[in-house]
Amino acid sequence: MTAISALFTPQGIATLAFFMVVGMTVLGALIAVAARNIFHNVLGLALSLMGVAGLFLYLNSPFVAMMEILIYVGAICIAICFAIMLSEPLYLPKPPRNLVKMLGAGAGAGLTLVFLGLLIKKTKWTPAVERSTDWSITTLGHYLLTNYALIFELISLLLLVAMLGSIVIARGGRGSS
Amino acid sequence: MKMLLFNQLETYLYLAIVLFAIGLYGVLARRSLIALLISVELILNAASLNFMAFNRFLAPHPAVGQIITLFIMAVAAAEAAIALSIIVALYRKLKTINIEQATELRG
Repeated sequence: MTAISALFTPQGIATLAFFMVVGMTVLGALIAVAARNIFHNVLGLALSLMGVAGLFLYLNSPFVAMMEILIYVGAICIAICFAIMLSEPLYLPKPPRNLVKMLGAGAGAGLTLVFLGLLIKKTKWTPAVERSTDWSITTLGHYLLTNYALIFELISLLLLVAMLGSIVIARGGRGSS
Repeated sequence: MKMLLFNQLETYLYLAIVLFAIGLYGVLARRSLIALLISVELILNAASLNFMAFNRFLAPHPAVGQIITLFIMAVAAAEAAIALSIIVALYRKLKTINIEQATELRG
């Protein structure tokens, strides 16, 4: 009885929603790497990224969460879908899985997981002595146009170069189109 | 007052390493180029999640981590565009996107 009534406090509901978001993230990531059909991989990636956006909401950053959905789920996943349609057809038989390679990959990833987990467990995290509590989007915009203006411009240049480069590469290269 | 699970730094760090390990497994085990790209996106997301967690709990200015995460997203978008165009060009040339068959440079 107390457990059920504890669930209906604001903290209980928030914890429940947090578990749902975590489940989305991990389940989506597992589908993204384990499913055989490449299209299911993309859908799993989208699910996982929605979960990560939810985690960003829990980390007090609604703007970054929105950008995550907009850029990753809205742009990158759709672009990957286009690449799937433009490359190998899905009905072709796939080569069988190599069990040794999968076991090796699992061992490598598992060892990395254990190592990083122990590292996090051992480290004592100390927060900064003086922390500002300003999370607003306005501050974000001010930072982008004052302290980080150069990186901001550089990123736009990078996106332009990437766009031109991908057009040139996908067109078929010099002379062959 | 009991510490809530979603108000602790360690929860997010453990989640980030789980995402990172899943992505690493994908990079090591998969052979389709598109699946590799998907796994790399997972790894980049683990990195952004780490940045956001430190930003929320430790950093002196809570805007800086968000800005770094936005930059990671922009770089990931550029990387995805380049990688996908390379995939399309490779498929046109070799009629496959399996990385074990793309061995033209082996000599």
